[in-house]
Amino acid sequence: MDITRNSLHLPKDAPPVTIPCCIKTTNLSLFYGKKAAFRDISLNLDRNSVTVIMGPSGCGKSSFLSALNRLSDFIPCCEVEGSIHLDGESLLEGSIDRTVLHKRVGMIFQKPNPFPMSIRKNITFPLREHGITSKRELEARLVQVLVDVGLWDEVKDRLDTSALTLSGGQQQRLCIARALALEPEILLMDEPCSALDPISSGKVEELILKLQARYTLVVVTHNLSQARRIATHAALFWVKDDCGCLVECGPADQVFGSPREELTAAYVKGMKG
Amino acid sequence: MMVSRQVLTRTSRIRASRARLQNRIAAAVIWGGAIFVAALFAWLMADILWHGWREISLAYFTQEPESAGRLGGISSILVSTGLILIVCLVSALPIGLGTAIFLAEYTGPEDTVSRKIRLSLNVLAGTPSIVFGLFGNAFFCKMLGMGFSILSGGLTLACMVLPYFIRIAEESIRSVPQSYRMGAVALGLSKSTQIMRLILPVAVPGILGAIILSVGRSLSETAALIFTSGYVDRMPESLYDSGRSLSVHIYDLSMNVAGGDQRAYSAALVLIVSLILINFITGLIGRAWSRRMISIS
Repeated sequence: MDITRNSLHLPKDAPPVTIPCCIKTTNLSLFYGKKAAFRDISLNLDRNSVTVIMGPSGCGKSSFLSALNRLSDFIPCCEVEGSIHLDGESLLEGSIDRTVLHKRVGMIFQKPNPFPMSIRKNITFPLREHGITSKRELEARLVQVLVDVGLWDEVKDRLDTSALTLSGGQQQRLCIARALALEPEILLMDEPCSALDPISSGKVEELILKLQARYTLVVVTHNLSQARRIATHAALFWVKDDCGCLVECGPADQVFGSPREELTAAYVKGMKG
Repeated sequence: MMVSRQVLTRTSRIRASRARLQNRIAAAVIWGGAIFVAALFAWLMADILWHGWREISLAYFTQEPESAGRLGGISSILVSTGLILIVCLVSALPIGLGTAIFLAEYTGPEDTVSRKIRLSLNVLAGTPSIVFGLFGNAFFCKMLGMGFSILSGGLTLACMVLPYFIRIAEESIRSVPQSYRMGAVALGLSKSTQIMRLILPVAVPGILGAIILSVGRSLSETAALIFTSGYVDRMPESLYDSGRSLSVHIYDLSMNVAGGDQRAYSAALVLIVSLILINFITGLIGRAWSRRMISIS
């Protein structure tokens, strides 16, 4: 499926180019100072898939996500090697337009981080910063994304109260709504349910399944049964020689049903990790 | 078996009673310290109130001082003090806030640049105010030709309060949760938007604290002002006029004016009450601001 998007490297007024959408990493490694968080990870993320990244703590799952939208640049002493291509465009070579990158590749953090402002402003304020100023457009997107994440009925009467008054699960869904409002293509989720209770976590899961039709999702999770429920593709990371590496990746059926590696088989049976 | 259990209970009882005693002593020391500080303040306030309240009247605030302050009021002193304070804040706040933002947002705590700046700030903070007075006199009054004036005094005070202001403001900016910054970056918001729309609003209560401290130090400063804004007690007509601040007035009345003690107490009362009021009002603003952040939009 081809779509038109603004390029990362071209000036903003250049005509949009038609490109197939996916993220492809080749021999990607990330270092904190001298210590490698993960090494040589080559992974393709297909469009409209939910790729679940599993693995034990410290195997570089979160670091991998942060490399994908170059949030790693904001971590001191963090170096990335290898290559990442977003729709065939390199993210690591040359200067890129971060605003466009972060608009196209959204990120949801482990701990919900709504801004200390009203629910409405949480969504409209980033939109305004990205140049959407028409009141009608802002209102339309606000309603749209809140409906999408299933928060509309819960908050429609108190859009102007602070987002910090929401429960943890609601805050996380608000953060997802805030990211969706920018109309990203890819949404990176770093253990989006680990700080939530089972019911809120279930709601976020449902949401992930619903979003799959329109977005490419990459979800890091510790929760194996959750991974089985939401994944279309799965990747298992592991710690080898004190450094993260990729054990196996592929369609979810294959990884969970007939894994190639013994380690994966043990992990998905719940015997390891 | 029985014996050993009895022994055990006895030692544990002794241990428990010893712990109780230790707790009591610790509580007494802690409470004693707190009460001592409170009592000291109460005594100071009572002393000033007792000696100072008799002279306080409406006329005291509206009349200019006569006979070196023995008679009349303090209207010109209040105006000078206010002007010095305004000059000080107007010049110190932008520079201070800018430096604090630079240190907190653009440099890490261990960077060479920020370490050098912080070292200079620490040295400046430890410099006696009389040295600032001499510097202000040499630099603002003489070199820049501002003479003994409210402008010189205010700018000298600004140099003096900057280190404190910057340290506290930097601290409060640094303490804004990192998750806001990462969230903003992930949404593609620019650095300036992050700072102006997210970080500074969250840091406002801390920055208000820094302002209070600066105001407090400015209002109570004497040494830095004697050589810079001077001690002319007439009503100032412009910022280039010399003007006497409240603290200089107190100093002058109690040290140089025979029979001025009573009036010194009155001026001190005004000074302390205004400090308390400023603290109280800024506290209210800070709390209202945080409430607004957390609950209603």
